[in-house]
Amino acid sequence: MAPRTHSTTPETKNSTLIRTENLDKIYPLGLNTLKALNHVNLSISKGEFLGLVGPSGSGKTTLLNIIGSLDSPTSGSAEVLGRKIESLSHNDAARLRNKHIGFIFQTYNLLPVYTVFENVEFPLLLLGIDSSLRKIRVMDALEWVGLADRADSKPAQLSGGQSQRVAIARAIVKRPELVLADEPTANLDAENSHHIMKTMQQLNKDLATTFVFATHDEKVIGYVRRKISLVDGRIEKDEKQPRR
Amino acid sequence: MYIFKLAFRNILGAGLRTWLNVVALSFSFVAIIFLQGIYTGMNDQVEQATIDAFYGGGQFWEKSYDPYDPLTLDDAHAPLPASLEDLVKSGQAAPLLIRPAAIYPEGRFRTILLKGIAPQQNVLSIPSSLLKDGEGLIPALIGTRMAKSTGLHKGDELTIQWRDAHGTFDARTVVIADIVRTSVQEIDNGQVWIPLDQLQSLSAMPGHATMVVLKRNTQPPAMLQGWEFRSLDYLLQDLHAVVRSKRIGGSILYLVLLFLAMLAIFDTQVLSIFRRKKEMGTLMALGMTRWSIIELFTLEGGLHGILAACVAALYGIPLLGYIARTGWELPGAADTVGFAIGEKLFPTYSAGLIVGTTVLVLLVTTIVSFLPTRKIAQLKPTDALRGKMS
Ligand SMILES: Nc1ncnc2c1ncn2[C@@H]1O[C@H](COP(=O)(O)OP(=O)(O)OP(=O)(O)O)[C@@H](O)[C@H]1O
Ligand SMILES: [Mg+2]
Repeated sequence: MAPRTHSTTPETKNSTLIRTENLDKIYPLGLNTLKALNHVNLSISKGEFLGLVGPSGSGKTTLLNIIGSLDSPTSGSAEVLGRKIESLSHNDAARLRNKHIGFIFQTYNLLPVYTVFENVEFPLLLLGIDSSLRKIRVMDALEWVGLADRADSKPAQLSGGQSQRVAIARAIVKRPELVLADEPTANLDAENSHHIMKTMQQLNKDLATTFVFATHDEKVIGYVRRKISLVDGRIEKDEKQPRR
Repeated sequence: MYIFKLAFRNILGAGLRTWLNVVALSFSFVAIIFLQGIYTGMNDQVEQATIDAFYGGGQFWEKSYDPYDPLTLDDAHAPLPASLEDLVKSGQAAPLLIRPAAIYPEGRFRTILLKGIAPQQNVLSIPSSLLKDGEGLIPALIGTRMAKSTGLHKGDELTIQWRDAHGTFDARTVVIADIVRTSVQEIDNGQVWIPLDQLQSLSAMPGHATMVVLKRNTQPPAMLQGWEFRSLDYLLQDLHAVVRSKRIGGSILYLVLLFLAMLAIFDTQVLSIFRRKKEMGTLMALGMTRWSIIELFTLEGGLHGILAACVAALYGIPLLGYIARTGWELPGAADTVGFAIGEKLFPTYSAGLIVGTTVLVLLVTTIVSFLPTRKIAQLKPTDALRGKMS
């Protein structure tokens, strides 16, 4: 595996991070089949802040999961950080996610028995980073999301917005190249939605982390700089948006 | 190593549920060790009591004596050889004469063994000194079981019928001088003890004996014509065989206890794997492999065993230690266990028992924790994240 640098230099800024070719995902549906993704051709560069939008059932989550190596395509190809998702073993996929991809979920998915600190620390434990460095990185990540003072809280003691910010901290603590967020604001009110979008926007700017959102939330769509519209598993539109 | 840390965090984080399991498991721990300790202690005690009361340091049997064939008893008597006579004189051995006889307690006919023992002997723990002459009647001792099965009480008179050396039937009335509380069946069931010299003269077998019991740790004389030496090891064979066969029964109880404890762990494990799908999905998204997750969940289950061992040690050591010092009273339980026991039972806990039980419980807990996790091996990350069964 080629070593990758975590910081992004201007030359690599426009290099391709994700590329899909004729990507299909077909689910069996009773006697029929359901084409959740239909010939998706897509290229995403380093540093993008991108939204996958579209009506419910259009395939946003499915595409995000394949990019995140949580799922594999039925046919076609998806290359993420130079690795072909369709040919990754289970363990290689886990390693890819562990080292290079951060996930943010609609329901936060924090580990309830761990403190905020321990939740954010988790990916670093998996990476085998030693404890003093872990502490620095975790506190850094909590600073970014503005929750350094809640390090010892349990998830149950946090509001939805705070929980999602912890999840963001957990996703970025290892400085991944790519963060995938599926409906990150669906459970949040407007104020909190704006807050976390601004947090992620700032991280995108400061750390050059690539963010891909799946959403139908207009508030989120307002922040993304590229909007890819899916309908019935096909890309219908691919638009650039001005920076807010 | 990090998995160990995570597993620990997880089960401590699970709070009450963990402690309920740990406490339940620790009960099994302590109960298994306690029961096995009681069991070993009981066997040790029965063995010791049997040695003290009957086996001594080994026995010389008149050559035709066979304890399993009552018909041999008619001829199983002979005068003592000189070397045994010397041992008896120096208090190193006690001769016993055993004769078949019949009694009629409550009007029913019953065959018994009439055993003659010297009242002044101190080789065996039988309280033969209680065989004092009582108003012309022959004094007799019987054990508690014999008393129970015949309905005899202290001071009761009993007619005993036997045949003497010439084959002539004779009958005599004896008086129950005392009832001996004993734990040893070998001196109790179906037996009536009377003074040796009286039995010898009534049977017309002066100076004869059926066996000579040596005092503990007495060097047996070399081969004696017409007498067979039965070492203590030989005599204990039967008792050990009984212990072995009972041990199987003991192990079943052991297994049932273990099984119940394991059921609790298994249940927790199945439930947590069922309920924590989404957590597993999250762990996968964070980059854990399925096998690491299996390891994590197995370790979580296994840690219950380790915690239980610690908790068990916490209250088990003082508790079991206390019982080992003060003894355990088993009122009336003696006969149901099949062994008669003394007043109090002193459990014996060997290091092997404690280490063995700990290793076994940890091993079984780990296996039981591992079994349900195999389902995880087929879990798809996307299904897990949606909290779905696959
Ligand atoms: N595991 C599955 N088995 C069968 N069908 C599935 C599965 N996952 C998704 N689908 C189907 O694939 C299609 C696309 O689903 P997907 O979850 O990607 O949509 P989405 O755009 O994320 O929708 P939403 O906005 O509601 O989250 C849907 O019709 C869905 O029913
Ligand atoms: Mg979706």
